[in-house]
Amino acid sequence: MPEELNVVGRSVVRSDGVGHVTGRTRFAGDLVFPGMLHLKMVRSPLHHARIRGVDLGEAERVPGFVRALTWRDVPHNVYTILSLIGVEPEEEFVLAQDRVRYKGEPIVAVVAESEAAALEAVAKVRLDLEELPAVFDVEEALRPDAPVVTDWGNNTFMFEGHPSRRVRFGDVEAGFARSDHIVEAVYNSSPIEQAPTETTGCVAVPEANGRYTVYTNTQALYFSLDNTAIILQVPGKRLHFVGGTVGGGFGGKVDVIVEPIATLAAMKTGRPVRYVFSRSEEMQVSSTRSAWRIYMKDGVTRDGHILARKVTSYADSGAYSRQTPYALTKHAANAAGPYAIPNVSIDAYCVYTNRTPASAMRGFGVTMASFALEVQMDRIAERVGVDPWTIRFINAYHNGDRKPHRKIAEDATLIETMQAAAAFVGHELTDEQKAMTSAPRASLEGVR
Amino acid sequence: MAKLRGTGIAAVNYPTGMNLGGDPSQALIHATTSGSFVVSLSSSDLGQGLRTVIGQIAAETLGVAADEIVIDTADTDTGPHCMGTFASRATHRVGNAVRAAALEARAALLDVAAEELGACAEEIVTDGHGNLLVAGDPRRCIPIAEMASKAQFTYGRTIAGRGSYMKPKSPVDPETGAMDPDSTEAHACTVAEVEVDTETGQVAVLSIRSAYEVGRQVNPALVRGQIVGGAFMGMAHALYETTEPYYPSVEHKPKDFSEYVLPGPAELPEIDAVVLEIPSSTGPYGVKGVGEMTANSPIPAIVNAIYHACGVRVDDLPVTPEKILRGLEAR
Repeated sequence: MPEELNVVGRSVVRSDGVGHVTGRTRFAGDLVFPGMLHLKMVRSPLHHARIRGVDLGEAERVPGFVRALTWRDVPHNVYTILSLIGVEPEEEFVLAQDRVRYKGEPIVAVVAESEAAALEAVAKVRLDLEELPAVFDVEEALRPDAPVVTDWGNNTFMFEGHPSRRVRFGDVEAGFARSDHIVEAVYNSSPIEQAPTETTGCVAVPEANGRYTVYTNTQALYFSLDNTAIILQVPGKRLHFVGGTVGGGFGGKVDVIVEPIATLAAMKTGRPVRYVFSRSEEMQVSSTRSAWRIYMKDGVTRDGHILARKVTSYADSGAYSRQTPYALTKHAANAAGPYAIPNVSIDAYCVYTNRTPASAMRGFGVTMASFALEVQMDRIAERVGVDPWTIRFINAYHNGDRKPHRKIAEDATLIETMQAAAAFVGHELTDEQKAMTSAPRASLEGVR
Repeated sequence: MAKLRGTGIAAVNYPTGMNLGGDPSQALIHATTSGSFVVSLSSSDLGQGLRTVIGQIAAETLGVAADEIVIDTADTDTGPHCMGTFASRATHRVGNAVRAAALEARAALLDVAAEELGACAEEIVTDGHGNLLVAGDPRRCIPIAEMASKAQFTYGRTIAGRGSYMKPKSPVDPETGAMDPDSTEAHACTVAEVEVDTETGQVAVLSIRSAYEVGRQVNPALVRGQIVGGAFMGMAHALYETTEPYYPSVEHKPKDFSEYVLPGPAELPEIDAVVLEIPSSTGPYGVKGVGEMTANSPIPAIVNAIYHACGVRVDDLPVTPEKILRGLEAR
């Protein structure tokens, strides 16, 4: 029954567009308050090192220096952003304590009267570091003799008792045994920056009533507030977060990196504190999309039906897990693709290395799965001897199919979408392909 | 040496929302003295147009024009909880919450209009153009703006509503991976056309043409913005972007946009798309999510097109000229 719609479905002109394109929109980093201080971070110059000492003496003599913050100042210094939804363990250091695990890890926050003074003081903090061996490859990191990034003796994140997020559906080995072709490949991607126009940042302002107003460009206002309350060990009611206008997120502003330390600095100094990433911090220190390595193995019949798919994926989480375990769960739910495959086995590993921590990015756990499996589909088509459209129509999922993670497919429209794309580009489909729909199958025989 | 052309395809699905930890969003709405409506949220607009589409959903539900809605976001003192703007969830989750809030406000409006017009609330309808009227007797009518004002000054009523949307948390079975992690699936099929220069290894993307199935488009211009921007971002992932150009080596990390290589206007291919609307059962007015997925299918479509063009299959992103040349040499 089509609904009569008057507003939904119309290209209403966006309400904030004029402000954005004329430069009148105020972003968090544009705000200036009387007496505002500037926070800059002393960061590790090494990928992995023991901290033997920190000497603030020269930095404190820089004109305009106000104060420095170290791990001793942070009430709850070891945290995990996803603890709010029950993910354990707490593992990331707001400010490094005895060890740095990636190049760029924050060690000392310096607050000064001007940005220039803060930068000068940062440059004058003397670090005494003992370099440790580092690891940058996910599979090397899983070897028993690899340098250990975490505090628990290996570089593996545990998913409720398993070293990987698993999917087990049917019997892949039996599926391979019944297959005419085995198609195997390994897919890799390097880390990517979200590269927003506006860098990550906030301004924390102490109010006369004892509260702190934090102007931020986070993608998740309450998520940032709740994590800040945990790290600073203050009741949430003392925090007031204001935001909602963001110059590009793409997942890069879901971490809670700037708000806790800026708010702490505002508490310690009683003055507004601005902490906004420079472009090089955004590029080199802020979270990336993980690097991925994905092994795919498919068993296929001579007429092109995929009988079994085995996926082993490694996401390079970098030094801390941040949102990566959650991305791997999403990856595991989607790594078999929009296809009906009766036997699937997936192991998705979250691996710690001495790389810049990865976290959320557009397509969270799925983008690189889609890359791997859609190149894999072309490989399968070539091996079977059919065209790339045909292999996808043969294996496309239907409504009512049970996916490997056991959800029954609903809202499936892969077939209709491929038909529309073929028509749009002028690719002639077969009569059989044109007649297909995503409607539930009359019978699962022949497919399973 | 030659310039070789090829075509590649990719077909993907993409889930809306992620409720493995529970991901609720809420909305509050109230009428002002002049009869416009304020929607209070704590949801972030990342530049994709959240304020606009959420305003459209509120306007549609209340029966007023889009410019009668003021979106007040984001402030934790005034806006109720929102899990955040990610997972292609905002139009679906926040949209459902604002629709629920608008329905509650609408019920309050119909109640007071019934009193004003001497009818019962079940008889009152909106005409989609800012008026309340008695069904079957359109002469008995009152503009919503006037009614909202009268509700406050004559009847002493609030025209307000609360809305919440939450798909309950789905735990993951650690043995089998059994889970119900999302609310619906959107789909895309992309056809990319490339030209590979076998002397330099350079890949020019000539066109990215796609079909998208996104449930219902709330704002077609903003959907198109996602499609065009996402296709370009996917192209950048496929061919250019990396924070570690010699990965897995960590050296030579770029510091800024002059070192972090992105395609520019000169590399912009023809980007075009057709959008299918097959409403979902869970989204407001049938909405799914379009945000993230638009960057996904262009990546494998381009990589497949490169193979079709020159016979080199590169399985490592980004597909740099060096990788193409090494592949050509190995053949």
